[in-house]
Amino acid sequence: MGSQGGFNQSKEFLDLVKSIGEARSKAEEDRIVLSEIETLKRCISEPDIPKRKMKEYIIRLVYIEMLGHDASFGYIHAVKMTHDDSLIVKRTGYLAVTLFLNEDHDLIILIVNTIQKDLKSDNYLVVCAALNAVCRLINEETIPAVLPQVVELLAHPKEAVRKKAIMALHRFYQKSPSSVSHLISNFRKRLCDNDPGVMGATLCPLFDLITQDVNSYKDLVISFVSILKQVAERRLSKAHDYHQMPAPFIQIKLLKILALLGSGDKQASENMYTVVGDIFRKSDSSSNIGNAVLYECICCVSSIYPNPKLLDSAADVISRFLKSDSHNLKYMGIDALGRLIKISPEIAEQHQLAVIDCLEDPDDTLKRKTFELLYKMTKSTNVEVIVYRMIDYMISITDNHYKTEIASRCVELAEQFAPSNQWFIQTMNKVFEHAGDLVNIKVAHNLMRLIAEGFGEDDDNGDSKLRSSAVESYLRILGEPKLPSVFLQVICWVLGEYGTSDGMFSASDITGKLCDVAEAYSSNETVKAYAVTALMKIYAFEIAAGRKVGMLPECQSLMEELLASHSTDLQQRAYELQAVIGLDAHAVECIMPSDASCEDIEVDKGLSFLDGYIQEAIEKGAQPYIPESERSGVLNIGNFRNQDHHEPSHGLRFEAYELPKPAVQSRIPQALLPSTEIVPVPEPMYPRETYQTPVTPIPSNPSNAGSAELKLRLDGVQQKWGRPTYTPETSTSNSTSQKSVNGASAVNSTRETYASRKPQVEISHEKQKLAASLFGGSSKPEKRPASGHKVSKASSHMVEKSHVPNSSMEVASEKTVPAQPPPDLLDLGEPTATSTAPSLDPFKQLEALLDTTQDASAANGATAASRSPDVMALYADTPVFLHNKDDADLLSGLSNPSVTNMPGATARPQLTQSSSKGSNPKDSLEKDALVRQMGVNPSRQNPNLFKDLLG
Amino acid sequence: MIKAVMVMNTQGKTRLAKFYEYLSVEKQQELIRGVFAVLCSRAENVSNFIDAESIFGPDSCLVYKHFATLYFVFVFDSSENELAVLDLIQVFVETLDRCFKNVCELDIVFNYSKVHTILDEMIFGGQVVETSSSEIMKAVEEISKLEAASNAITLIPKSASGWRSR
Repeated sequence: MGSQGGFNQSKEFLDLVKSIGEARSKAEEDRIVLSEIETLKRCISEPDIPKRKMKEYIIRLVYIEMLGHDASFGYIHAVKMTHDDSLIVKRTGYLAVTLFLNEDHDLIILIVNTIQKDLKSDNYLVVCAALNAVCRLINEETIPAVLPQVVELLAHPKEAVRKKAIMALHRFYQKSPSSVSHLISNFRKRLCDNDPGVMGATLCPLFDLITQDVNSYKDLVISFVSILKQVAERRLSKAHDYHQMPAPFIQIKLLKILALLGSGDKQASENMYTVVGDIFRKSDSSSNIGNAVLYECICCVSSIYPNPKLLDSAADVISRFLKSDSHNLKYMGIDALGRLIKISPEIAEQHQLAVIDCLEDPDDTLKRKTFELLYKMTKSTNVEVIVYRMIDYMISITDNHYKTEIASRCVELAEQFAPSNQWFIQTMNKVFEHAGDLVNIKVAHNLMRLIAEGFGEDDDNGDSKLRSSAVESYLRILGEPKLPSVFLQVICWVLGEYGTSDGMFSASDITGKLCDVAEAYSSNETVKAYAVTALMKIYAFEIAAGRKVGMLPECQSLMEELLASHSTDLQQRAYELQAVIGLDAHAVECIMPSDASCEDIEVDKGLSFLDGYIQEAIEKGAQPYIPESERSGVLNIGNFRNQDHHEPSHGLRFEAYELPKPAVQSRIPQALLPSTEIVPVPEPMYPRETYQTPVTPIPSNPSNAGSAELKLRLDGVQQKWGRPTYTPETSTSNSTSQKSVNGASAVNSTRETYASRKPQVEISHEKQKLAASLFGGSSKPEKRPASGHKVSKASSHMVEKSHVPNSSMEVASEKTVPAQPPPDLLDLGEPTATSTAPSLDPFKQLEALLDTTQDASAANGATAASRSPDVMALYADTPVFLHNKDDADLLSGLSNPSVTNMPGATARPQLTQSSSKGSNPKDSLEKDALVRQMGVNPSRQNPNLFKDLLG
Repeated sequence: MIKAVMVMNTQGKTRLAKFYEYLSVEKQQELIRGVFAVLCSRAENVSNFIDAESIFGPDSCLVYKHFATLYFVFVFDSSENELAVLDLIQVFVETLDRCFKNVCELDIVFNYSKVHTILDEMIFGGQVVETSSSEIMKAVEEISKLEAASNAITLIPKSASGWRSR
């Protein structure tokens, strides 16, 4: 090609590029570009510009627009260039218009004709240029104008043209599926094209089509599989190789298509197993593209009907990815792991340490991907660690988009898996504090509802403890500067509702704080409104309790200010507060019943309580009320008279009056009915208005929501709270792991219990701990002195998951004969004195252990076979698979002392930690409360808390 | 599908920008700036992938590769494979290199239309149509030949080589 390295541009353009390149600032650059625009405007409109010159002007225009300046004055010239006969000018014109114009631009109409002509050109390059423009510039209306030509081109002798025609047709399909729906069979036809390039291009539209409608393409499974097979077997010419891989891009596309077709279809999937297995074997894992194909295989395997053999291959590839030094491969590994754990959750545990490495990696992309993985594998056993990590990360980032996302994920996980209400509230506090204005307002409403409803069980004691702890934490948090508005709303509401309910804080404490809030955030009307309403509630409760209400001076001045506020809403609230304070105890109690935020507010829509009053008025000769529908229109007059006639004797009998159910007496005094409690205040709604009765723990269940008059505004919020999310499996695993831990604590000093949570000096320990808490459900103390029977159970499920003192391993292996590791596993643990030498890096040991176990299981066929189910069982922590019954008994026996040991303060945190995950919310709540009293905050306890405690 | 291809230098100057869905000039600039801001903050020896959802909206990934003074950036959705796109960048750069013999930043600036031609041979309407750099070269050379034959445009002699040593 003639001009290699040569710059066939004019001096002016070179100067322009140079001066822009040397520009020191954006302003300077802009100045240069603006003067260039002036020059171009002048030059381009001169008559009789030579074509070559014109072409260059257009290129300069494109360049200017790329730099972000308006070049629209030259668009028309670009359009004119497309009409030119000369190929080079025409191509430049097409390039410019595709970059300048969108499909709805006014100038398109001037191009369509040219495109039509060019699509019929003898010169295939002209045709290609026109097809390129077609892709970009043809909209739904103009598709019919070019469609016949494009379809004709599908049979063009040049493969480059066929390829582009397919793509153009695909583009039409994307823009307007209906306009080309009758032509879809062409894609199938082109799949059999002689040219592999055209066939490969056809896969793009087919992929899209199959994504939308899998079932119509099931018949192609066999064809796709055979194509893939031929490609993988290198039947294509060498020209299609890329980095020694046969047509890898086609392989990837085909694997993607197969993944779609095989999803949930056993029969289709069975056709694919062989070829996917072949590709697993043949792909070159040393090149980037080979890994891309392998990754696509994993995606395919995790999407189609599971096949154990393929899943094994996939797991192997994943471990190779994760062990690689390349961040790209680690990223793909994490992503692939996230796909595969949906099918085989146990695989995650093999890679726990790699995952934790990724979590601590400086690469942000990798970190986020890992958080995504953690999000996918959260269970009730590891939710605390994961959410803790997420919040930490959330605090550290500034990217609002991702902050919002991770905050909502924290909330979702917390709602779904929270081990206790206490923890939930604390987690929410943190999320609100750091990302308050980013989370959905519904989350705040949900939190308020949770506090108001408690667990939804008949446990008033627990609920009130929860509330007082919430109040306490809020009073503390209020000291922090600049809290997000949403969080302040929650705080104000909770303080108003429950601030004084447990008697710990006096009304003046709370009202003082509320006034501070209103003052500190005086520009935020919503917060102020919440604060005033909270004040009203506090005073109302005080009056109702028969105490004398003394308004604080700052409160009084706030009221004065609000009474004259520009906001009618604030003014109304202030006046209401004033009015309530003036009432007697009984009236106040009726208006503001204590702890009644969850009560249904009966709305007597018919206002039947006014009947007597109306009756009286009518008897005095007043006109009866006529509904609007009956008032208008001439035809209704008779009707009106008719009613007028017998109405006075029977009271009002309009249809609307018969609708309300036989009225249950409203708790709200009639005279005060049109107060804010009923009249919907447009902007900041009182949260209490939006709540339903806690009939069930899941009140937003749509089936029973219909009955309530006032619907929750929380619709759409997933209310998973209180739903029993614990699967029997996990709960058993909890109990067993707890047993082992407690067993340890019973035999040894209580310090040993701490060890399980204590952050170790070595990083590897910490990591290992994290791994255990993330993957194992509970962590194991690693420095436990070996005392055979105690570890026997623990060790058997620690073999892969955490390192064990080797001596104890030996003891364990002696005892649990079926689960006995092959002898080389024992050899590996050369330093038998490990248990007494904690300086040895247990992390490395584990790694070694991991490797040899795998090797061993691969080598010793028979042993491996008998072993593998055990290993699985160990991952799942299910005691069912324990072979040695004695061991289990021993363990359960051992756990007893720990139960008696419970009141021991030092053992408490660990106990709470594990037991709070149990299925009895009441228990866990009580324990949480206990923990709280001792100043131990469960959600923070790993690992910082213990750092403090242990230095 | 591929949403956008960008080439920018380490100072943030755009060298090539092609968006496969129409975007206004302002929006394009905003996206380019956003991408550059993210690229700048990336350390060495980290992955080539960036979560681009905050810039390009949901379902978008970004893969970039750093060559000498240039960043090559491809933005695409979940129907592509990140590692494969990384290789696509490789193909693109290899092709540029074959075309310009030791491609440098200035080649891309001054041969704007040719770079576009190469890209158009690779990616058509947002879909990857050709991934073999020799095939692309063949097509591009044929275009050049025909262009040269059909035009009597006298090319400006290779007088500007001096710019390279800028």
